[in-house]
Amino acid sequence: MEDSSERTLVSPLVLRSPAGRAIYWTVFALLLFSTLIVFGPLYWMFSSALKPSIEIFQSPPTIWPLHPAWSNYVSAWNVLQYPLYFGNTVILAAGAVVLQLLVSATAAFALSKLRPAGKGIIQFIFFSTLMVPPVVYLIPQFVNISNLPLIHVSLINNWAGVWLPEAASALNILILKSFFDTIPTELTDAARLDGANVWQLFSRIILPLSRPALAVVTIFTVVASWKDFLWPLLVLFNPEVQPLSVAIYHEAGINSTYPLPFNYLMAGLVLASIPPILLFLLFQRQIIRGVNLTGLKG
Amino acid sequence: MISVERVDVRVDKSTAQGERLALGRVRLFLGRNLGGYLFLLPALVIFALFVWYPLVLGFVMSFQSVDMINPAAWVGWTNYHMVFSDPLFAIAWRNTLAFTGYALLFGYVVPIVLALLINEMRHGRALFRLAFYLPVMLPPIVTAFLWLWLYNADSGLINALLGLFHLPGGLWLENQSSALPALVVVATWGAAGSTFLIYLAALQGVPASLYEAAEIDGSNLWQRIWHITLPTIRPIMLLMLVLQIIATMQVFTEPFTITGGGPDNATVTVLMLIYRYTFQNAEFGEASALGVILFLVLAIFALIYMRMTSRLMEAD
Repeated sequence: MEDSSERTLVSPLVLRSPAGRAIYWTVFALLLFSTLIVFGPLYWMFSSALKPSIEIFQSPPTIWPLHPAWSNYVSAWNVLQYPLYFGNTVILAAGAVVLQLLVSATAAFALSKLRPAGKGIIQFIFFSTLMVPPVVYLIPQFVNISNLPLIHVSLINNWAGVWLPEAASALNILILKSFFDTIPTELTDAARLDGANVWQLFSRIILPLSRPALAVVTIFTVVASWKDFLWPLLVLFNPEVQPLSVAIYHEAGINSTYPLPFNYLMAGLVLASIPPILLFLLFQRQIIRGVNLTGLKG
Repeated sequence: MISVERVDVRVDKSTAQGERLALGRVRLFLGRNLGGYLFLLPALVIFALFVWYPLVLGFVMSFQSVDMINPAAWVGWTNYHMVFSDPLFAIAWRNTLAFTGYALLFGYVVPIVLALLINEMRHGRALFRLAFYLPVMLPPIVTAFLWLWLYNADSGLINALLGLFHLPGGLWLENQSSALPALVVVATWGAAGSTFLIYLAALQGVPASLYEAAEIDGSNLWQRIWHITLPTIRPIMLLMLVLQIIATMQVFTEPFTITGGGPDNATVTVLMLIYRYTFQNAEFGEASALGVILFLVLAIFALIYMRMTSRLMEAD
């Protein structure tokens, strides 16, 4: 959808003049060229993945492999045990979504619509943590997870050890609360008069009306979980429960005993990139809206 | 006497009444608020256990000797002394600040210019948005290893491209002076897309009537950018400045996976040092002390950020 009627810095009149048009198309061509800075590396990842073991270390490298080895993808799939790690990554993302939505939506609903006494203090408890990046308490959190207070349970090598700390998302509460705030109070008041209890208010009125906001939070939770590296690296030692990014690091990183050959590694990276890229193509609109909601996170 | 009795009776009566009243008030209070508290309970428990508790624990641990085997012992300022006297402390901070500086140099103006140009385009805006945002979707580990390969001295894309123009290639990651900037390129490539999208949205909020009026007054393109566009998006520009500083000071994944801190500690960052204290030396106390120091430094920027946001909210 091109909004050509909309006026920006340069007026439509100037754009129609020959000189204006020449400059416009020059800038357009330059921008098109600059997309190579993104597509170039991505192409290189894809084409390197197809190179046989000898060709990949050829100098200077070939632009397109002389003998494309599609079997590299199969090898990467097997060596990296993709079914296992894909599965783990999906489970970690799904659990993160369920828990984060549950925790954030209930809190946002209470703050927006129920407004209990002490709301100001409770809001402060949540929102002041927006300013505290979790890495500053990385190590105490690790100690916390290895021996939870009172119940003395260790969540090391347990998916819950990743899910629970992530569930404390002040940003999600903020996003959902500001969306809930836009739902008119008349609506909830009317439902109350009709005898709806608090739970029905939440599950039958607020949640169904908030699908766009819930979608944004869901997508961003999935993406964040898919990108997560440091925390799962610390908590999940056991290869059986690791997500893709941690498994790739252990297979190919500087400290691995037998680092993966680069062509297999590139094939592995391509496989790991497909789900988030598909997600982006499918939910572009929600993601772009979401960046502007959550973007302040940086 | 009589009067005293009477008083007693009255007191009795009023306490009973008071109790009933108080009970009623509690019931009323609960009736009004219980639902709200129940809905807040999951978040309050999670925040208490996984944000506030570890945050406090970090301060406590920074004054303790903790190795996860023996019980923690109070050691006063020892951890801080150890951290400050570690030669890597200064190196890690210098690298982290240099990383932040380079990241602003590469990644602050480029998204603004890109957004300005693309906002003027009448064609292909969707494609540009997609192209420049795409790297943000990739897992950082993918971006890191991809660039490790692009920087490869013999068969990497970068030296191959330089070779096409008969320029000498470089040992980008092996060279002490180029390793850190090389990592900044990777991080910027992976993150600049979201900043770009935020600016693009901000630019759409600049009222067209202002441009029209300015044009009628005979202003040229630069004057319009300088006097209309930039002042309108200035609050966002300030916010992004602070947020980019806070985000880049937490750099970990790129140096950890691409260079491992080398060559010769040229890319060791503060967060990597925290990691090393913990998982190589089992010095949880020292790691916590360094975490507290990082917290205090970031808190300065966080305070600036909060003052800005509150001013922005007032302006809304």
